[in-house]
Amino acid sequence: MSQQKHPIMGWIDDRLPVTVTYEKHMSKYYAPKNFNFWYFFGVLSMLMLVNQILTGIWLTMNFTPSADAAFASVEYIMRDVEWGWLLRYMHSTGATFFFIAIYLHMFRAVLYGSYQKPRELIWLFGMGIYLALMAEAFMGYVLPWGQMSYWGAQVIISLFGAIPVIGDDLTTWIRGDFLISGATLNRFFALHVIAVPLVIVALVVLHLLALHEVGSNNPDGVDIKKHKDENGVPLDGVPFHPFYTVHDMVGIVVFLMVFCSVMFFFPMGGGFMLEYANFEPANGLKTPEHIAPVWYFGAFYTILRAIPDKLLGVIAMGAAIAILFVLPWLDRSPVRSIRYKGLISKTLIPIFGVVFAILTWLGTQPSDGYFLGLINNTTLAQWLTAFYFGYFLLMPFYTRMEKTKPVPERVTGGH
Amino acid sequence: MKKIIALFAMMASTLTFAAGSKIPLDEHKTDLSDTASLQRGAQTFMNYCMGCHSLEHGRYNRVAKDLDIPEELMQENLNFAGKRFGDLMTIAMRTEDSKKWFGATPPDLTLVTRVRGGDGDWLYTYLRSFYEDTSRPWGVNNTAFKDVGMPHVLADLQGVQKKGCAPVSTGYDSLTGTEIMVDSCELEEPKEVLYLAEEGQLTPKEYDNLVFDLVNFLVYMSEPVALERQRLGWWVLLFLVIFLVPVYLLNKEYWKDIH
Repeated sequence: MSQQKHPIMGWIDDRLPVTVTYEKHMSKYYAPKNFNFWYFFGVLSMLMLVNQILTGIWLTMNFTPSADAAFASVEYIMRDVEWGWLLRYMHSTGATFFFIAIYLHMFRAVLYGSYQKPRELIWLFGMGIYLALMAEAFMGYVLPWGQMSYWGAQVIISLFGAIPVIGDDLTTWIRGDFLISGATLNRFFALHVIAVPLVIVALVVLHLLALHEVGSNNPDGVDIKKHKDENGVPLDGVPFHPFYTVHDMVGIVVFLMVFCSVMFFFPMGGGFMLEYANFEPANGLKTPEHIAPVWYFGAFYTILRAIPDKLLGVIAMGAAIAILFVLPWLDRSPVRSIRYKGLISKTLIPIFGVVFAILTWLGTQPSDGYFLGLINNTTLAQWLTAFYFGYFLLMPFYTRMEKTKPVPERVTGGH
Repeated sequence: MKKIIALFAMMASTLTFAAGSKIPLDEHKTDLSDTASLQRGAQTFMNYCMGCHSLEHGRYNRVAKDLDIPEELMQENLNFAGKRFGDLMTIAMRTEDSKKWFGATPPDLTLVTRVRGGDGDWLYTYLRSFYEDTSRPWGVNNTAFKDVGMPHVLADLQGVQKKGCAPVSTGYDSLTGTEIMVDSCELEEPKEVLYLAEEGQLTPKEYDNLVFDLVNFLVYMSEPVALERQRLGWWVLLFLVIFLVPVYLLNKEYWKDIH
């Protein structure tokens, strides 16, 4: 271990803690050796964040943020800018894959109780990232200034109008105008390319600092720091670098295969990633037949529509997101991982995943349609909304009541 | 593992199902590699459509390059507005005039196939679905676009279609192999269909081919880089597959002693 340091490195280390930081976060950060498939999605989210920032910078060089020119400038990027089409598709496909990665990453936390003590702050920072990401994606979708950009923004911003007393003034304040206009587009551009990305990056740093302070959870939910060798290294841990860097590389390459298959061969994602109506320039006088948000907002949009009253719908939607923040305090189980939780949790967690997926799907569909030809979309949405809230609100009770299995001392299974 | 697969299947399904359309559409078997078809389509567009419809996001020189049309030929025979070779394919008609004449401004068609479901099916159906309707200002209506403001510009070529009772094919006789024709109003579910009442300059087959080429051209127009995108995609995937081998082996080597 006593490698001779290069004099230049020594000179730098005396002035900036490079080696110490590198060791703390990479070569001497001990991660449990039993990470499984679900543990790829954190690094994949980071990959997508970098992708969005880099492609975004280059897109900005040719995008014109004005109501008159935005739509044409996107087509200019697609046709006249060298490799512009690739940058644009990387960015638009990247948005979808960012959310896929984030949703699976969050579901991983639910599966293995990664939000439980002492990792509550990691979860809260993560939720902050998720919230900022939703704002980021929403404002980004307005920028191409197509019909769905315009009318999607119209619907979402009008939700704030449901708030009593201040609602109307609030929507005017958000839009910067009495209707969605170039002023709205310009401020969303500023927020999308500068303000929100800064917030996201800052939160990601906090998310990782908090994680590295307490250490990573694992599929067994056991604390690997309880058993250390004579050097203070956890017996069930491996240094993040090189073990998890080479491990994550495999996940990254496989993920990129899926990503590139979609980006190069189905860049519109069947109308779910780039909606058809958005290839028509924004027109405030012509409402599209069916206004649907992009798929990743589907679940919350469904909850909004499931409630017949506008204000209550907005409250329900807000509550559906807000309740995720307090998840660490809703779960009263003495164990973390689904592996050792009781029958109720073992059953409800996968069902919750499926319910969230169906809610997401319903958000992209007309509310008067039928799900699989069986049940009215709105009725189904109401049942699933009830399940969504029930799952969280009853959690303090069933997680405490159910009989858990004994948790092993050390992690099971290996790599 | 099963749960994971189910979850992925669910997500994939949200990505692949396209929104349903109201009338059954005829499939346009788009072939962007058929340069001759694209050239014929461009020719039809410039001659019949571009009086009213622009392709304002596309440029003459790009179309010429992608469709293997020499600059001279393009400029002399297809660029009727006399624009410069590198210009955008805009038109001179003013929107306030066209709105007065047609009730609605003829839309720019650069992205029409993307707007209409991302492929050529709707447009291919629409351009073959005009029928005589004397109650309309231009004497025609359209089954794919009710009360459309556009006249049937290709009527000279197609002839006159009418909507009413006409023989339709219900299948083939199992013995003789001949097609069984039944009047559409005497079917179990009676319906009115479009039939050719007056022949045009082209046979129905020739007209379908002409529309096919035109739609092929507009699919190309909506994303000129489509072929290049797919070509590059295969190389990128090939690289990733090859790259996966050392990455996988490196991972295996590092982890072989961890139990």
